[in-house]
Amino acid sequence: MVEHDVVSHHQAEANDRVMFGFWVYLMTDLLMFSVLFAVYAVLHQNTAGGETGRQLFSLPLALTETLLLLTSSFTCGIAMIAARRGNKNQVLIWFGITFLLGLAFLGLELKEFSTLINEGNTLKSNAFLSSFFVLLGTHGLHITIGLLWMATTLIYIIKRGLNSSMVRKLTMLSLFWHFLDIVWIFIFTIVYLGAFS
Amino acid sequence: MKEFLVGKLNWSDLPHDWVMFGGTATFILTFIVALVVLIRTNKLKWLWNEWLTSVDPKKIGIMYFISGGVMLLRGGLDVLLMWAQQALSSGDSRGFLTAEHYQEIFTAHGNIMVFFVAMAFIFGLINYIVPLQIGARDLASPFLNTLGFWLFIGGIVMVNMFFVFGGHYAATGWLAVAPLSGKEFSPGVGVDYWIWSLMISGIGTTLGAINFIMTILKMRAPGMKLLKMPLFTWGSLCSMIMAVTVFPLLTATLFLVYFDRVLGTHFFTTLGGGDPMMYTNLIWMWGHPEVYVLILPAFGVFSEVVSTFSRKPIASYKSAVAGMIGVSAFALSVWLHHFFTMGAGADVNAFFGIMTMVIAIPTSVLVFNWIATMYKGKIKFDTPMLWFMGFVAIFAIGGITGVMLAIPPIDFQLHNSLFLVAHFHSTVIGGVLFGIFCAISYWFPKFTGIRLNERIGKLAFWFWVIGFCLSFIPMYVLGFMGASRRLDHYDASTGWQPLFILMFIGGLVIAIGVAMQLAQILASFIQKNKLRDVTGGDPWNGRTLEWATSSPPQFYNFTVIPQVSSVDAYWEMKQQGIQKPVYEDIHMPKNTAVGIYISIYGTLASFAFVWEINWIIVVSIIGIIVTFIRRAFTEDSEYTITAAEVQKLEEKRIKKSLEDDKHKADDSEEEMGVIELVKFIINFVLNIIKNKSWRKW
Repeated sequence: MVEHDVVSHHQAEANDRVMFGFWVYLMTDLLMFSVLFAVYAVLHQNTAGGETGRQLFSLPLALTETLLLLTSSFTCGIAMIAARRGNKNQVLIWFGITFLLGLAFLGLELKEFSTLINEGNTLKSNAFLSSFFVLLGTHGLHITIGLLWMATTLIYIIKRGLNSSMVRKLTMLSLFWHFLDIVWIFIFTIVYLGAFS
Repeated sequence: MKEFLVGKLNWSDLPHDWVMFGGTATFILTFIVALVVLIRTNKLKWLWNEWLTSVDPKKIGIMYFISGGVMLLRGGLDVLLMWAQQALSSGDSRGFLTAEHYQEIFTAHGNIMVFFVAMAFIFGLINYIVPLQIGARDLASPFLNTLGFWLFIGGIVMVNMFFVFGGHYAATGWLAVAPLSGKEFSPGVGVDYWIWSLMISGIGTTLGAINFIMTILKMRAPGMKLLKMPLFTWGSLCSMIMAVTVFPLLTATLFLVYFDRVLGTHFFTTLGGGDPMMYTNLIWMWGHPEVYVLILPAFGVFSEVVSTFSRKPIASYKSAVAGMIGVSAFALSVWLHHFFTMGAGADVNAFFGIMTMVIAIPTSVLVFNWIATMYKGKIKFDTPMLWFMGFVAIFAIGGITGVMLAIPPIDFQLHNSLFLVAHFHSTVIGGVLFGIFCAISYWFPKFTGIRLNERIGKLAFWFWVIGFCLSFIPMYVLGFMGASRRLDHYDASTGWQPLFILMFIGGLVIAIGVAMQLAQILASFIQKNKLRDVTGGDPWNGRTLEWATSSPPQFYNFTVIPQVSSVDAYWEMKQQGIQKPVYEDIHMPKNTAVGIYISIYGTLASFAFVWEINWIIVVSIIGIIVTFIRRAFTEDSEYTITAAEVQKLEEKRIKKSLEDDKHKADDSEEEMGVIELVKFIINFVLNIIKNKSWRKW
């Protein structure tokens, strides 16, 4: 019994450290985004004769994307409550919904990209579009990684059950997901609303 | 088809001039010889199990030292080539290097010295010493640590890859300023090599830095509050916090340059609305703090050394901590002083000029603190202390010239001159490199259980200092005379040649110093019985916890985690008498090769990014993802050593060390000098030839 306590105490300390390290990692990621935001802020008017954001962007589309991602953050939160209670089925259902919402967001973003590219507005066109595509593309890449992460974790939960180490992984995943949500809110504000202000 | 298989790789890019071919041959031969020796002596498996896959920060630290040392020789050779060229190439003579080749050499020199020498040693030191100083058994995430190390090795591979696969290294200067680094002006693969070697080693640095922040903030021994941490740990903490702040900027910026080159984006181009000046800003926002990332742990080293060798506590611990925090805070707001001439306007220049002068204040607080520590101390002039004093003198020159350069009107005169080059070498050699040498001579007994040979060590120090003055004082003078940096040829009428020749001679003297350092380590191992440290791991009468362990420490560092109640924790323990340990179970991480695999995939991907071989990119990225997922879901990455086993290990260690101590030669044997060492080596070789002992191998 005592033995078991020592081990779990050791494990709890390790969990605490990993969570802290993950927060530090998220901050480094945030700094990377801050560079991309700064670059966008500097270059967003350098269209080199091309169309501006006001002419290219569709606000309803961006709003739909925002709502999808915000809802997915909400369902992710509910899933985490279920995870803390140890309710495996609810975890699977709510993370499943989160996954689908994330996928829908990614689909819409790709659709927006392909529309732009088909109209001849590629990342080679001008500095404004370069910074736009790279900023949003980096966010989209993060969403893709998040989805991959979610899918593998869910598969492992189905295989191995919901143990404490899985809950820790889910906690990290949910932090990552909320973090991407926050970054998106900045993208929505600065890129889309900024273009129409 | 060929393009699909090998991308832009081409026979005609392989090295074909003699200087470069020498490099290629050296690299390949060294590799083959090492491999053959390992196979013949059956050491390959041992190397893999005990070292390469190890997650022990002490072993990773040693591996950082070895790779850093090798790269120091490689980067040092670059210097000699450059200075020989400058000494010869005046007037009608064009020297022996082409302008293009000369540019590649100074670019590689800068990258190698900063990323693969200074960073290597600093990370090695932090790896080895910080866990010992804070009373921890391992790092917060041993896996991230080995991953970071192997990504760093990937960076070394990338920076030297042109020797084997051809193409050239970047010819752009160490920061590859835009738009010169764009496809338009640098069409070869050189800049891509540059991007990817910095990219993967930079990601490794970020991971390592996150790990050390976790370790220092979360794993200190009970009772060690933040303001009771040893100063080297403080310096490391400040440095690592700065590293996680600025290295993501580097990663992002490098990606943007790569996109400009390969995808045709317009971030830093001259056309399409790009902004080359933004690149200069972004890269220096990382680049300036980077030098403070290097110097802060060195400041920590000096604080430890000066207090140990003056035999009193540091004069003002709190102001030393405040000084380090001050340096790291201000360091983030001075980057624009690298390009006052860019035309940002008088107000902006004034702000950054003043900030740069302000940063001299916390630095001076530290320097005066060290000097005050020596005041009325019983100073011992062992080699670590000599390196410290050399540092104070040379770093002061670097600091003062730095304040001169911080004044924008003066900077307009001296920008891009050799004066600037001499300034930052005074700080980086005097500060970082001397700090590293100081640290190694201070902690060498901890690493090996053997003291370093003092006789040759002192000689090495004097060769270094005299060589430094011989080469860099003429460089300051040349700067005032108008010689610009990165100069491979100059007119005879300038009258600069004697000074350049003096610089080259200084370089040779430094090279002798380096040779002395190697001789010093060799001589110490030859006389290891004489130099054995019989104090049980505390040769200098140290003050901090690393001296409480055996030398070299057991792989679990501490049998019992110490209780800390003051800054000089071990000093206090010694005053109160050390208690007999009560053994307990110890949890240790298992070795893992996953770091190596991920790094191999990462290096392959980088190689493929450089040569645009898409299928390798796809395969290696999938490889990274799969390996990472498998690692993330591996549950048993730890094992337990029971208290009984710990006791057995301890008893075995004590028995062995008592036996070894019996072998210690009496003090009548003299410490070896250089001449004795040379004689010894000649005899050794003659013996091998006489006895034909290679047959036994």
